[in-house]
Formats: sequence, C-alpha cells, structure tokens
Amino acid sequence: MKHVVVHEEWCLGCHLCEYNCAYANSGIKGMAKALKGKRVFPRIRVEDGNGDGKNNITFAVSCRHCHDPICAKSCISGALTVRDGAVTIDRSRCVGCYTCILVCPYGAIYTDGEGAVIKCELCLSNQAGSPACVAGCPNRALTLEETD
Amino acid sequence: MKKEGQIRIPSGCAITAVISKNGARMSGGSIIESMIPMHDRSNGLGGGFAAYGIYPEHREFYALHLFYDDDNCRHDCEAYLRERFEIVDAEVIPTRTMREITDEPLIWRYFVFPRRSALRALQVDDREYVVRVTTKINSTMRGAYVFSSGKNMGVFKAVGFPEDVGRFYRLDEYEGYLWTAHGRYPTNTPGWWGGAHPFSMLDYSVVHNGEISSYDANRRFIEMFGYKCNLKTDTEVITYIIDYLLRRQGLTLRETAAVIAAPFWDTISRKPEEERETLSYLRTVFSSLLVTGPFSIILGFEGGLMALNDRLKLRSMVVGEHGDRVYIASEEAAIRKMDPDAENIWAPAGGEPVIVRVNEGRL
Amino acid sequence: MGIEFIYPEFEVVRNPARCIACRVCERQCSNEVHSYDPDEGVMISDESKCVNCQRCVSLCPTRALKIVKSDCVPRENANWQADTIREIYKQANSGGVLLSSMGTPKPMPVYWDKILINASQVTNPSIDPLREPMETRVFLGKKPRKIKRDENGRLITDLDPQLELSMPVMFSAMSYGSISYNAHKSLAEAASKLGIYYNTGEGGLHEDFYVYGQNTIVQVASGRFGVHAGYLDAGAAIEIKMGQGAKPGIGGHLPGTKIVGDVSRTRMIPEGSDAISPAPHHDIYSIEDLRQLVYSLKEATQYKKPVIVKVAAVHNIAAIASGIARSGADIIAIDGFRGGTGAAPTRIRDNVGIPIELALAACDTRLREEGIRNDVSLVVGGSIRSASDVVKAIALGADACYIATAALLALGCHLCRTCHTGLCNWGIATQRPELVKRLNPEVGASRLVNLMTAWRHEIKELLGGMGINSIEALRGNRLMLRGINMTEKELEILGISHAGE
Repeated sequence: MKHVVVHEEWCLGCHLCEYNCAYANSGIKGMAKALKGKRVFPRIRVEDGNGDGKNNITFAVSCRHCHDPICAKSCISGALTVRDGAVTIDRSRCVGCYTCILVCPYGAIYTDGEGAVIKCELCLSNQAGSPACVAGCPNRALTLEETD
Repeated sequence: MKKEGQIRIPSGCAITAVISKNGARMSGGSIIESMIPMHDRSNGLGGGFAAYGIYPEHREFYALHLFYDDDNCRHDCEAYLRERFEIVDAEVIPTRTMREITDEPLIWRYFVFPRRSALRALQVDDREYVVRVTTKINSTMRGAYVFSSGKNMGVFKAVGFPEDVGRFYRLDEYEGYLWTAHGRYPTNTPGWWGGAHPFSMLDYSVVHNGEISSYDANRRFIEMFGYKCNLKTDTEVITYIIDYLLRRQGLTLRETAAVIAAPFWDTISRKPEEERETLSYLRTVFSSLLVTGPFSIILGFEGGLMALNDRLKLRSMVVGEHGDRVYIASEEAAIRKMDPDAENIWAPAGGEPVIVRVNEGRL
Repeated sequence: MGIEFIYPEFEVVRNPARCIACRVCERQCSNEVHSYDPDEGVMISDESKCVNCQRCVSLCPTRALKIVKSDCVPRENANWQADTIREIYKQANSGGVLLSSMGTPKPMPVYWDKILINASQVTNPSIDPLREPMETRVFLGKKPRKIKRDENGRLITDLDPQLELSMPVMFSAMSYGSISYNAHKSLAEAASKLGIYYNTGEGGLHEDFYVYGQNTIVQVASGRFGVHAGYLDAGAAIEIKMGQGAKPGIGGHLPGTKIVGDVSRTRMIPEGSDAISPAPHHDIYSIEDLRQLVYSLKEATQYKKPVIVKVAAVHNIAAIASGIARSGADIIAIDGFRGGTGAAPTRIRDNVGIPIELALAACDTRLREEGIRNDVSLVVGGSIRSASDVVKAIALGADACYIATAALLALGCHLCRTCHTGLCNWGIATQRPELVKRLNPEVGASRLVNLMTAWRHEIKELLGGMGINSIEALRGNRLMLRGINMTEKELEILGISHAGE
C-alpha cells in the first residue's frame, strides 16, 4: 500500500497541500467555486510555527494509516475502519464523540465543522483519485511511497 | 555554372577495381568493359581510371600527367617544372579521336626526378617535394593541372562516360597489375576534366562513390597541414586524409581505416583491451578525420589496394575472386562482366577494410 | 515620493473572483509584495517591491494572479526609452553604479537566429537516430601532433589528460555563494548522472560535493577563494578564469551579507567580509605569466588534469586564443557577451565584449590557420539556449558548449534579473536558508537531466538530418550552415555562405 510520506527538509510551509486537499474533497468543480469565501477543512495540516513559513521548521501532517490503528479501535460507532490498508471513515456512522481525535498520536484527525470528523483517505474515493496534496506539492516535500 | 573548386560538388558514382595478387599485368580492356553494365550510375560528366605497373621502363621516375588549357600554359608550367625537376621524358599522352569525347585540353606526361639541391635546401624527402610542387601548380597556375604524380602508375580521366574515356585514352594498349575505374554522376557541374576521378597524390589514387556529410569538418582539419582542397570534392579530401595518415603520420592501412570509418564507441568498448586502447586512441586523436555519410572507396597504391565502406554501409560495394584476381565493384554485374566465373562474391561490412597486396606486399 | 519616485515597473493583477485568500503568494514572496487584509478578508499587494519573478504566479492554485509590465512609463521617445530614463533617475537618487544580473536584455544581434542548418535530400541519406547508432561523445583536451610507436611498432596510446563528455554540453561556472548549496548540488548530481561536468565557479568546493569530483571542474579565479591542494585534486579539470562574458575586464564582488556559514568556510574567508575578486589575476599581467600559472597548476596536480583557460570574448579574441593555445592550456573556454552573471555593472554588461558566435568563428579559424587547432579544445558559452544553438556552435568549430542560464531556468529561474538582491524566490541565487530550501536538489537534478536528455535527442535528430552519425564529423563543418539577413562581412567572419548559395 502506498502512503503519503512527509519530507520536512523540503517543506516550504506554503500550505498549498491544505487547499489542494480541501478542494479534492469538496465535490465541487473549480477550486475558486469550491473554496472561495469558505472556511476550509483540509485533512492535512501544515505545522507552522508562526504561520508565515519563514525561518521555521514546517511540515505537513496527515494520517499515517497505522497498521493497527488506535483510532479505529477506539471508535465507538464503528465509523473508522481499515479498508485495503487505508484507514477510512464512514461519516454517516460518526456520532461526533471525537474519541479518535483524542487518541490519534499524530493529531491527524480533524473535525469537519459539522459535527463529524474527517481524515485523510488518500483521495481514493474523491474527485482527485490519488493524493492531491502530493500532486500539488511544489517541492516534492510530500511523496507517495510504498511503506512497510 | 561554377566548376570544381568554385563550389562544392556532390556526386553519385560507379567504381570498379581489379588486381592480380601475383602481379601479373592485365590490359585495360577488361576494366573498360566493366563500366558498361553500370552505365546508368554515371551521367557522362566524368570518368577515369588509375593503372599501376604501366610504366616499368620508367619505374624510377615520378610520372606527372598534366592538363593544359593551351600552349602558353604549357610553356609556363614546363619552365616551372624544369627548375624543380630533371625531366627524363616528356610526351603527349596518346588518345583516340572520338565523337563521344570533345573539348579535350592538351594532355601531357613527364617522367621526372627532383633536383637534389632543392631537396637539400627544403630538408624534405622526394615524396614530400613532389607533393609540394604539384600542390603549388594546382593551386596557383591557371590553366595547368597535375592529375597524376606517382611512380610506375598513372591516372587517366576525362569528361564523358567512363567506357568512352577508357577507349579515348587507348587503355587497352596499357598493361598493369592493378586497375581502378570511376564513372561520375555529379549533380551540379558543367563537367571539368580535372574534376573527374580518380583523384590522386603520389601513388595514392582514390575512386569514391558517395557523398560525405563530414566534408567541411575533414577539409578544414586537413588544410591545417598544408593541403589545399582546390576541387572541393569528397574524393580530393579523402585522398589528402589518406596521404596524411599513411605517409605523414605513418599509420598502417588498418589504422587508417579505423580513423576514416571508425568503429562506434559501443563496438570499441567490446574489444579486447589492447585493441580497445588503440581504437580509442585513434578516434580521439584523429576525430576530425572521421568520415561520415555514404561512401565506398577504393584506394590504389604501389603494390596494392584497400577498399572501404562507410561504417553504416550506406553505399553498395561487392568483392569477388578468381584465381589470383580480386575484383571490387559497386555492382556484382561489373565483376561478372570482367570475369563471369568470379567466385566468393561478398559484401564487406561497413568500416571493414578489404586490403589486397601484390605478392603479399613484395612487388 | 516626490522627485525620487519611480512608478513601479510591474503591476500585480489579482482576479478577485478567483482568489481564495490561501495566502500562498504572501508566504512565497521574499520581497513582501503580498499581504492579507484580515478586515476585508482579501489579499492586497505592494507592487513597488515586485521583481516579476513569477513565483506567486506559478504557485497560485486558482490562477488568480498575473504580473504585467506597467504601462505607466515616463514619456518615451526613440532615443530616450523608459529604461534609460529610469536609470538616470536611479543614479540621480543614489549616486551609484548601476548593478544588473543575468545576461544583457538589450536587443543585440543573436547570430544563432540568423544561421540555418542543412539536411540531406536525395544525393545522400539522412540517418534516423531511432534506428541507427548516433554518437555524441566528445573528448576535450590536447591531442598529439604525431603518433608514437614502441620498439615493437605498437602505437603508444598515452594521451594528455582528456575530459570525456557523453554530449557536448557542460554546466558553466557559477560559484557557491552566488548560487545556493541546493543549486550546486542539483548541478553536481545532474552532471554525474549525465556523464558531463559542472563547474564550481570561483567560490571553492563545498566539502559535501567532493564526492562529485569526477564530474567537477574546479575554478581558479583572481580572488583564489577556496583554492588549496585538496581542491585542485578534487576536480577532473582545473579552469583558470581570466574573464567572464557579462563583465569583461572587471572582477567580482560578493557582498559580505552572502558570506555566511558554509560559504565563508568554503571560500576560506571570514564571515561577513566582502569577497572581492580583482579585475586581473595579480600574478598574470601578460601571456607568459599565464603559462606559468598553467604549469604551476599542472605541477600541483601531477599533470593528471587538463587545464582550461576561460576568457571573455573581446575584440582581439582570436589573437588571445592563439596565445592561450601556446601557453600549455588544454582547453580554451570563451564566454560571449550575452552571457549571464550574478551581478555586474550594467554599463559593462550591456556594452563590453563581442557576441560568442563571431568570437568562436574567429578563434577557430585563427587556430586552424596557425595549425594548432588540435592542440586545444574550444568550449563556448554566453547564451547557448537550445540544442540547435549547440549544433550551430559545434558546426562553427566548438568542441563543446557551456550553459548556465539555461541550466538555471531548468532549476526554476524566471530570469527576473535581480540575483544581486539575494532574495531569489526560487532558491537559486540566495543564501537565506528558508529560500534555499525551496530548491529540492532531487527535483533540480532531475529537471537538469531531463533538459539535457531532451537536447541530446534533438542534437541527434539534427545530426541525422544532416546525414552525420557522430558529433565529431560536425565540428567545424561550416558547410552545414547558411546565414540569413547578414552582411558580407558577418558571413565572412563566420565563414559561412548565405542561404541560397
């Protein structure tokens, strides 16, 4: 299974991955239409000291798709499951208890602003088809690699 | 129209050669015949022959063949020659008057040897001396042109179809152990006698079929060493390259072939170490003498010949044998014409030199 | 404002219907053109700081941005163009020498564009490089005038040291300091993957890059920065830099602000001190002095490395080349007047020197007239922009070409010509860590490899069209070239005929 690998050394802190992620999962054609004037809820977030991307260590955080994911184990409604090596969420089952957000050691699960949670699903079932964060990274700081 | 020397003239051609490995002398009649089936490979704008072993009675002397526009040119040139050579014999080259060959210049031959005092003053050997004098005549004396300058050999050429040129020069009356022939298909010349082939320098004569794409790279390199490419033809520059590599650098025939039709680097990398080093060295040092584009050439020299194709074999050339005879031609038909019983007909690979020596090198 | 005010050269045009205020432009602009207005929730810009490097344009995910040349210019006329007027204002404001970067933008003749290449038709065949072998390998260095044989008659195959190139293009000198660590690493990595060479420039060789030594040309310039025995030994060849096409006759000046950390250590000068390269080498005031330096460097490296002498193309370049060829140098590199620079006085860059095409033709002709062309190899640079420029240069007589601007473009450079500010948004001409990291050498190297691979394919296609199957048969093959729109004199110097002749 290929996963998104983060290379902190080459992360510019430009935050493009966040917008590409939000757009990929928007279900709307046209990035401006999808994101303009809206609060975005990306499934990848750039850790960025003071937010200006300058002279700081920056890197993107998204789901690691653990082999034995603690989030899925702790999900009280069975919304989080592992499918073909990817941890996926069934939002119709999510009850918004946020237990997964509390237990995720990477901080890679986020609220969707509507009461449920969202997380990286490797763009397997959205309009991008493959990780939009990787495709849009201008400095190869995110790569899609086979991992153990 | 501009003639040879004023413009670069590419041309297609037919070539033929026959050699007796035992040094038996053959009349020129047969090689004239060989050009007939390849008539369409020429267009009547040039034909010629080189014959080796034809002047045994004068074998010690350089045989100079010259074209003159008129007697004034001849007088000037003869005065010039007399200052530099002892002239042993001078005569008009006998020809046949024929309808097919017209506008002939004055055609003379001289048997000469260099004046010793001149050699000493210039500190050069007699071969280099002959090259310098003939180069000087050809590049500076209007109306005079040396088209043959070897010992015991001669070039005969004219504007016309080669089979007619052979009869014009009465080549059936000469006997030599090696003959080469050339029919020319130039594409943009009015046809000039000096521009016909073979081209020669000392006893090296070259007949060539092809149009080389490396011409100006070769020319501009070789002209660094005193050669003047007055005719701007492929054959001329190839002759100078061969003279430079064989006579002035002292390369062997095979080494010369490995420069002119160098093996690809990929091929060189697969050779045994010593050969690989030699081939790499030759290609690196003489890279500007690599000849690309289609060519098949037959180099005649005192005592033998070398036939060579470009490394991609972009021009036809076949070899056949019978007894002590070896035949080489652009087309098998030419060989069959000379010897219907020729055997072992084969097409040498691109860049593979075919070297034949009379009596294994002993004349 | 007031009399000192110069209206910005560029305008930032933002399409409000497309801008999603993601602030990528703001984060990526080292010149601080863009900012976010939280009250209005929109992006705003200060175009006075914009250099039109196109970084924001390239990264804007919704294509909401474009940078256009401002149409607010002083009243121009044919004699007093806007640039000229602005330069007067700038100098009246500052009292200083104008500085510029990269090659001259002036409309000087580009002879490459007036030269056309031949192809085979009917009388000889063109060759298809997809079906037949097509060779681009080149050896640079001195070739012997006469072969030698041992007592058994075998050829002695020892040669003076040669550089072997898989194709006749190398990355030209750009110093560590003038360009970033990652830019150097990209060049080094690409050169080693391609089987060609890159050039350290005059800033020494970072210790991390000694591993690329086999594909490195180490430069010795008038400042002698970073030159020591280990450095000379590290490279495959040594280049003495006498001059640079963009600024013939003057030296260099890397400001102390760029002499930080590893740059200082690599150059072997204190942090913060200006790195000043004198105009001449102070041990070379004449050609015989050059010979001494050539042989000093050969002695220092046991005659194992070819020595290159790089000069700017100036008026009497042919005579200079002849002198260099007789100085013991193995390779002459000539840098043409349109060549690039990290920083040069504008007046020098735009007015001193001659175009590389004419310099090359003159030098090649001269060396052949003197019979010494095979004693040296000729490398030319100074605005080689494409595979066809390479082919034309080789046909005029070069052994190989140097490229630098084209290589930087492959790395992301957008030719904004403000390298001298040190704020390169593409991570190339800067030493600021947050900017340097924008050039991932893995990306950079692969783009350089792509560029050279593409050129190599194109060179092969052009060769095949001419019926040539090895690059050496093109070298000096001027019959393959024809000129258009040139005077008799220009054609004569280039040694080519006019199209139609």
